[in-house]
Amino acid sequence: MDKFTTLTGIAAPMPLVNIDTDMIIPKQFLKTIQRSGLGKNLFDEMRYTPDGKEIPDFVLNQPAYRKAQILVAGDNFGCGSSREHAPWALLDFGIRCVISTSFADIFYNNCFKNGILPVVLPPEAVAHLMEDARKGENARITVDLEAQTVTASDGTTFHFDVDPFKKHCLLNGLDDIGLTLEKAAAIDAYEAKAATLRPWV
Amino acid sequence: MAPRTLYDKIWDDHVVHQAEDGTCLLYIDRHLVHEVTSPQAFEGLRMAGRKVRAPEKTIAVPDHNVPTTLGRENPDQMPEESRIQVAALDKNAKDFGINYYPVTDIRQGIVHIVGPEQGWTLPGMTVVCGDSHTATHGAFGALAHGIGTSEVEHVLATQTLIQKKSKNMKVEITGSLRPGVTAKDITLSIIGHTGTAGGTGYVIEYCGQAIRELSMEGRMTVCNMAIEGGARAGLIAPDEKTFEYIKGRPHAPKGAKWEAALAYWKTLYTDEGAHFDKVVTIRGEDIAPVVTWGTSPEDVLPITGVVPDPESFTGGKVEAARRSLDYMGLKPGMKLTDIEIDTVFIGSCTNGRIEDLRAAAEILKGRKIKVKRAMVVPGSGLVRAQAEEEGLAQIFIDAGFEWRLAGCSMCLAMNPDQLAPGERCAATSNRNFEGRQGRGGRTHLMSPAMAAAAAVTGRLTNVRELMGEMV
Ligand code: SF4
Repeated sequence: MDKFTTLTGIAAPMPLVNIDTDMIIPKQFLKTIQRSGLGKNLFDEMRYTPDGKEIPDFVLNQPAYRKAQILVAGDNFGCGSSREHAPWALLDFGIRCVISTSFADIFYNNCFKNGILPVVLPPEAVAHLMEDARKGENARITVDLEAQTVTASDGTTFHFDVDPFKKHCLLNGLDDIGLTLEKAAAIDAYEAKAATLRPWV
Repeated sequence: MAPRTLYDKIWDDHVVHQAEDGTCLLYIDRHLVHEVTSPQAFEGLRMAGRKVRAPEKTIAVPDHNVPTTLGRENPDQMPEESRIQVAALDKNAKDFGINYYPVTDIRQGIVHIVGPEQGWTLPGMTVVCGDSHTATHGAFGALAHGIGTSEVEHVLATQTLIQKKSKNMKVEITGSLRPGVTAKDITLSIIGHTGTAGGTGYVIEYCGQAIRELSMEGRMTVCNMAIEGGARAGLIAPDEKTFEYIKGRPHAPKGAKWEAALAYWKTLYTDEGAHFDKVVTIRGEDIAPVVTWGTSPEDVLPITGVVPDPESFTGGKVEAARRSLDYMGLKPGMKLTDIEIDTVFIGSCTNGRIEDLRAAAEILKGRKIKVKRAMVVPGSGLVRAQAEEEGLAQIFIDAGFEWRLAGCSMCLAMNPDQLAPGERCAATSNRNFEGRQGRGGRTHLMSPAMAAAAAVTGRLTNVRELMGEMV
């Protein structure tokens, strides 16, 4: 997994609320047995006509946002299906950070496993950044994970909260499985105890 | 010890390790696996030279992609990509030695129907699956939730998950339900009440008389949609109905182990005075047969209502409702019962169990469909067999329904079971998102009885009108 430290980039505004993972990556693209290559189908049904032509109005098709690395989105981003194909598609497109007032639980966790930083901010802060994002490529937003801040193009800085363990893993690009396997003795001990307490499991 | 909730108790019994910041390593008792969210996880294991830590606690079944038409054993029936995905699961199950129900096995079906049916799901367990509707298993008083593929790999390799504890939320449904009102109406009404983010950060315990009065099938329907309310999981405390359902199932404990398990299961309830961070109470009598009108499961109204005006909402929801109505082809003020339906889909892990098929057949008996097409997709091969034995299959076929093999089918439309653009569907599944059942397809969610009612009238219908003496 790639580290996430700081990022300064173009932010695309997606003010819609309840953007679900079916929108982020429709099911016809879940048939892959790989993680890569999904970026071209990110937001597929909003981005292309049924015969595969780009819909010019869609934000990521507009020249200013084709290289966006940040999304500023409406409430409850990433709800619905648990498909990790959603963060895989975002990442493959080049999105490293999503900012919203709230995220669905599974999507939020999935982001951290893939080097994407989901940032939760209060509605006024998201509204400010949304306005900034609407200015297109001249308005770069800076996200600093170490300092836990997001800075708008006018210099306004917002502080965000993040779980210390998740932050540590993302800053260092750490693999969870490796970390957990270091606790193998604790897992063995738990299994031995559970086998006597709840032998039917 | 301070009074604890059911969630607190299950959580405490599964903590392997707790870090200073509260991050826990949680032991996982059952890991369910399907073909869509697992290939990359198994690939990860192979690349790192890792094994599945507890193959005997891991159960795999293909369901999302598989065709539901007869003769599906023939690989030519499947599009190439689906075939590769199912073949990958076949191979991974074999290579890693995990429990497996291939499509040729009568026990195959939707993962959340197979788990309880085979007795894999038991009270007090932790259950995970790379699928958000894992919440279904909470009906047994098991802590069950969906995970992403990276976490699937983590569980395969370590039989644990890194977790932070959620907050406790109680949803109480008091009193009894009125005729024609089902578990599906309860769960949709709750989401209508709390919104799709109302449960974010919480594990919900459903309780109250109306919940106690539900069958196990009904309780699974309620917990199934906990995720649509944003919650990590939904739980219902086990009781005699739970034990009765489990007893004698293939993987349920037997003999002395059964007695020991029963004694433990009876301790699984929320203690008097335990703290909930959020409480929602709904009167069972106030719940009506409901349908969804929009493209979010929170867009719920009683069938007697009218399509709402987007301007009646606030904030970002105004734009979302406008977009929904445009997508759904509906105008504010229209009566819901005037909405004409093209297709009816009965099935999914929400409503693909025997009781659901019975409820739909009850309405369909002696009637014919007025929609263009209607299909029933039983949740498992065993549900299908039982429905055939009870004569339900014949009722569906006589009414004009297609009688399919088990799978997810049109719930997410990964296989050829899809809506065409603009096609309007009365569905018993759980998501009405844009494009969920096929690009441009329009989904209205409802109970099996309501879907059957729509099938015979050709429009959204209050099932009570067709229930005659039953009301
Ligand atoms: S039936 Fe639908 S919701 Fe349930 S597991 Fe299958 S695709 Fe998911």
